Amino acid sequence: MVLLLQYTLLFASVLILVALGGCFSEHSGVINLGLEGIMVMGALGGALTLKYISPNTPALLIVLAVIAASVLSGAIYSVLLAVACINLKADQTLVGTALNMLAAAAATVIVKSINMAENPDNVSSTVQYVQSKKALVVPIGSFQFNWFMLVALIALILAYVILYKTRFGLRLMACGEHPQAADSVGINVYTMRWAGVLISGMLAGIGGIVYITAGVSEWKFEVGVAGFGFLALAVMIFGQWKPINIGLAALLFGFFRALSNVYSGFDFLSALNIPGSVYNMMPYIISLIVLAFTSSNSRAPKAEGIPYDKGSR
Amino acid sequence: MSGQNSSNQSDSFLSKPAVQSILAALLCIVIGLLIGYIALLIISPKGATEAIITILKNYFTYPTKAAAMKYLGNTLVKAAPLLMCALSIQFCYQAGLFNIGAAGQYVAGAGASLFCALALKLPWFVCLLAALIAGGLFGVIVGLLKSYLNVNEVISGIMLNWIGLYTVNMLLSGVKETASPYTVSVASTNEAALLPSLGMEKLFSNNKYVTIAIPLAILVAILLKVVLSMTVFGYEIKATGIAKDAAKYSGMKEKRNVIITLFIGGALAGIGAAFLFLSGYEQWSVTQSSVPSMGFNGIAATFLGGLDPIGTIFASYFIQHITSGGSYLDKNIYPSQISDFISAIIIYLCGFVLFFKLYLNGYLRKRAERAKERGISKKEEGGNF
Repeated sequence: MVLLLQYTLLFASVLILVALGGCFSEHSGVINLGLEGIMVMGALGGALTLKYISPNTPALLIVLAVIAASVLSGAIYSVLLAVACINLKADQTLVGTALNMLAAAAATVIVKSINMAENPDNVSSTVQYVQSKKALVVPIGSFQFNWFMLVALIALILAYVILYKTRFGLRLMACGEHPQAADSVGINVYTMRWAGVLISGMLAGIGGIVYITAGVSEWKFEVGVAGFGFLALAVMIFGQWKPINIGLAALLFGFFRALSNVYSGFDFLSALNIPGSVYNMMPYIISLIVLAFTSSNSRAPKAEGIPYDKGSR
Repeated sequence: MSGQNSSNQSDSFLSKPAVQSILAALLCIVIGLLIGYIALLIISPKGATEAIITILKNYFTYPTKAAAMKYLGNTLVKAAPLLMCALSIQFCYQAGLFNIGAAGQYVAGAGASLFCALALKLPWFVCLLAALIAGGLFGVIVGLLKSYLNVNEVISGIMLNWIGLYTVNMLLSGVKETASPYTVSVASTNEAALLPSLGMEKLFSNNKYVTIAIPLAILVAILLKVVLSMTVFGYEIKATGIAKDAAKYSGMKEKRNVIITLFIGGALAGIGAAFLFLSGYEQWSVTQSSVPSMGFNGIAATFLGGLDPIGTIFASYFIQHITSGGSYLDKNIYPSQISDFISAIIIYLCGFVLFFKLYLNGYLRKRAERAKERGISKKEEGGNF
């Protein structure tokens, strides 16, 4: 039971971070379908930090270094989306998809090259971080508290405050609702959209490292992050683009994802003899059902997905 | 005088949409390969030049013509399903739908065709039909969700990709080899399910995987070109894609069109999977934990092909050519995924194609205006005399 709670909170943290990323980007008017790829890149940055950092470094320092690396790699990677979609007015769906494929391929190439340089016989795409990963968790009884749970909570509160209580957040949202109006009162739409995409890159970057350190101490980069970026988008839509609702939606999805990790620990569930694949499918099926019920009266930002052109009023 | 004439000619040549598409595609390929080359240089500068040549040469690395032909056959065997996936994405894109679910529809097609072939022991044309229906149904789910419940087709498509993967893994685990996670081979279990080759294997040094799938895929591409450019249905699809509300206003049933489009798209991807798995070239691994990349590579092929069925034939071949070429790299120095990396860069660059065309047209227009002005000023000068 404790294990279920722990995994639920962990996967919910991932979804909260990434969905908030999507939320910032979409509120500024850019649909970020590249979240999945940004997660992979953030995960790569964090995993490599974990691999190379000495396990004797103070735990707090390790946590901070990993977060910094993931934030940085996520943000840098999201620049590719910002340039293409904001300045060059490319098709946002196409570029997002390209980023997902590029991240998977690039991460595999990078990890394999590193592994092969270390040992020519090691052609796997796996990064191991058994020792240093221990710095991320603090055992409280049988519950393993993970620092990233706290990070997700802070991100959630910050996102709420920034979006609704600060000038920056309200201006950001104006650019996603009616960029022409925002421009006419002197807000630089391009800058705001850049800010939205970069913030989404940072958050999705942390989300990536949280996902690959949840429960395992090595990651095979060939598999990417298994559609979690898109699950996060479903969470965002279910949460109607509002931080608090996103938090609640993430808990629900996190629960179903956690079930697939721990179902064998429950006697009554394993007695049902349902194949593991069914549990693996669960989060995706739930999200389809949820999307079916929540998409028809969606409160999506009105101008999302439309490149802003100063010349067209 | 003659110089001006030829520059005008080259201008009008450059302003043709088809020429611009080809130019843009070539530019994407060149930049993509260049970035791939740089990546190779970073990994190990010593053999990088040789490596990029290996990728480009693919089967030409074999010294004898017979061996090269045989492996050309292998590349074509995989290019056919890729073309089908690309056509699936393209057909839906014409209706304004981004069918990223092609990957899942492909998986559904693979599951249905292999189940019919291995478990039910049905002949190949029934397996092909099953793949068509399974892929189509996966498409229809996306279509229904899109048109009636406003669910973003990209997100529902991705969800269905994973649902499809796990379902097919479960479905096919009944017909797998006992010692490995792979399904039993079609050739040894039910030979009637193998696609007929009609003697084509002779052209490719008896490569038994070469089947009617290859000409059929090309035929489908041509058929789609005809449907899109010459029929009322094709016109309605394109109209729905360009302006959904206008299409609805002018009496087209846009909801029905969305669903039919996704059915056809799904069916194409499903057939694509059957083209590969019913040739016996590959076996399905029931423990695979990621969606096959065929559907995603289809996105690369369709955009590289300039969103034109005929262009896509060549683009699919090219993408498969470099993907197959990647497997000939020295695996102890370079990861074979460098080809996927290049394909991904190419897709990313395809996002700029519109910008490129806009820029080129703007440049051409300016030149034309300047030339006109010059012509006028010359005349005025002449008048002064």
